[in-house]
Amino acid sequence: MFSERDFEHYLAKKYMRTEIMPHAFCPGCGLGIIERMILMAFEELGEEEWKRTAFVSGIGCSGWVPLYFRRDAAHTLHGRALAFATALKLSKPDLNVIVVMGDGDSMGIGGNHLIHAARRNVDLTAIIATNMLYSLTGGQMSPTTPQGARTNTTPYGNIEPNFDLMKLLEAAGATYLARWTTYHFVQAKNSIKKAIKHKGFAAIEIVFQCPTYAGRYILGKPDPRDMMDWFKEVSVPLGKAKTMSPEELQGKIVVGEFLHRTDRPEYTEQVYKIIEKAQKKGGR
Amino acid sequence: MSLEPGVHLMQGDEAVVEGAIIAGCRFFAGYPITPATEIAERMSYRLPQVGGIFIQMEDELGSILAVIGASWGGRKSMTATSGPGFSLMQEGLGYAIITETPLVLVNVQRGGPSTGLVTLPSQGDVMQARWGSHGDYASIVLAPSSVQEVFDLTIKAFNLSETYRNPVIILADEVIAHVREPVKVPPLEEIEVVERKKPDVPPEQYIPYLPKKPGEWVTPMPAFGDGYNVLVESVMHDEFGHRIGTDHAAANRTIRRLWYKIEKNVDKISMYEEYMLDDAEVAVISYGSSARTSLRAVREARKLGIKAGMLKLITLWPFYDKKVQEVASQVKAIVVPEMNMGKMVREVERASKGMAEVMSLTKVGGLLHHPDEVLAAIKRVAR
Ligand SMILES: Cc1ncc(C[n+]2csc(CCOP(=O)(O)OP(=O)(O)O)c2C)c(N)n1
Repeated sequence: MFSERDFEHYLAKKYMRTEIMPHAFCPGCGLGIIERMILMAFEELGEEEWKRTAFVSGIGCSGWVPLYFRRDAAHTLHGRALAFATALKLSKPDLNVIVVMGDGDSMGIGGNHLIHAARRNVDLTAIIATNMLYSLTGGQMSPTTPQGARTNTTPYGNIEPNFDLMKLLEAAGATYLARWTTYHFVQAKNSIKKAIKHKGFAAIEIVFQCPTYAGRYILGKPDPRDMMDWFKEVSVPLGKAKTMSPEELQGKIVVGEFLHRTDRPEYTEQVYKIIEKAQKKGGR
Repeated sequence: MSLEPGVHLMQGDEAVVEGAIIAGCRFFAGYPITPATEIAERMSYRLPQVGGIFIQMEDELGSILAVIGASWGGRKSMTATSGPGFSLMQEGLGYAIITETPLVLVNVQRGGPSTGLVTLPSQGDVMQARWGSHGDYASIVLAPSSVQEVFDLTIKAFNLSETYRNPVIILADEVIAHVREPVKVPPLEEIEVVERKKPDVPPEQYIPYLPKKPGEWVTPMPAFGDGYNVLVESVMHDEFGHRIGTDHAAANRTIRRLWYKIEKNVDKISMYEEYMLDDAEVAVISYGSSARTSLRAVREARKLGIKAGMLKLITLWPFYDKKVQEVASQVKAIVVPEMNMGKMVREVERASKGMAEVMSLTKVGGLLHHPDEVLAAIKRVAR
């Protein structure tokens, strides 16, 4: 089915663990696009940045994204990636630590770590892959499932409102925030680059197509190309969204760079300042 | 700096911290919980002085994952908790086990179930410490019965966790954690400290979970940033660390290796103390705080002319069948006092294979056994 040649793509050869490929992703899955966004970001950032990068992920289809990269990586537990990542960053402050999580992984089971990593403003880059449901377990409701949508655990329609990740994380204290879809390849790649360079907690939500579950169950669009068209149709740039009423924004995906602030101190730096202070004072 | 050699008066919880610092611990993540809170408090003060990192996490789910993350960041790392927090850490412990991450976890036992007896001691978690996380794996669990032992065993716990690349659990209890006793700190050069073994081959030749020789179970461990492109994989993996889907044979090999690396080294891992066992007809087998009252009872029994002795288990897991069998083959009866409904006694029964009568002396509700209770039990079985 697959031959060696499939992995002769220059990005695969340069960055990926081709020995464990092909991917486990379904045909048409958007996670491959997210992988490419990340790798293209590093093509532009250069080898030095790549070499000092490590990845951490949770459990879910999205958690597999960084495992194919030839870098240090931890495939942790469902919801717990940010706790591992925070400690890794503290232990090895020179590393770029990139955390890839699904919407359920980050906002559902891992919600507590998410808000606290943002509150501390730890220098991490969180890439949150939103597909509007739980995919790995076969299409159940997640904190981003649209209201009314039918999934395998909302057979009568979802009654729960969504999290708006951008608002949640702004309130929690994140310092760089952006949202795109897989349709917005260049914009998302640029945001990833910025986030990696940003000192502080950065989160980029990327809405991606899961044709297998979200496509079939929620949107009635099992063809990934139709999902991409749909992303294009319902996406509204942040600037324009600000002029629209809540009713008009119903069912839309607001995309853009939501926040970039530099006025909050970064956590790792503060921890090392504490160490300096304690050592100057000496022990008892 | 670490504690000066000499005698120091301290609480069990403080002894954990000072032992850990001498052992090279440079990362602590935790969440406050009685009766383990003092460990986090003191760590927050002491670790920065030695260049270490302290973080108070948002919960215990995060604490254990942070400790694992820091360990892969190349630091000796630990956490401390009690009952409810220990329950929350079980999934994370499993992650440490399958990824063979060295760490030390102190569980200062309090009475359960649930929020339970917050300020009172218990030994109710001895089975949870062994089997608490799902799946098949082996555990190393140590039970101190004095503040001195807390100090010594904390250092040993780090050494064992680095040697076997496995979490090591210290099962203290409220009594040991809070009592103040003198602790003798030897000169640093006399203390054995095991450092983590890093790979001695270049990254191209590094196979993360393939021991060099048959009969070896543990492999060297690089840190993140060392250039080995490690994959810290919670999913079942093969010797290369690669996810194996439904490769039964590879899964079988990995699970057995995780088990054997501990269980086949039981002789090396097991620590115990024997008291007056040479001519004993009745043995008390005890551990942790219960061993303190038990020893008093054994001495009282000797005064009464009863040939009593005691085996104090310091390593609870892996369980040292051989030693217990040896005792069982020599005595008429064994008394097992524990601050629970009778847990380790099942292991004693199993290991003694009917060679001696085994009597369980349970105690729940947050009180230590009174020495008289243990003595009464010794008298009863000695008859
Ligand atoms: C503690 C725990 N509970 C449940 C699961 C089962 N589980 C695995 S992935 C997942 C949800 C995945 O959804 P999401 O995080 O949105 O990622 P996706 O698969 O959609 O990319 C669940 C519930 C688990 N692995 N661990």
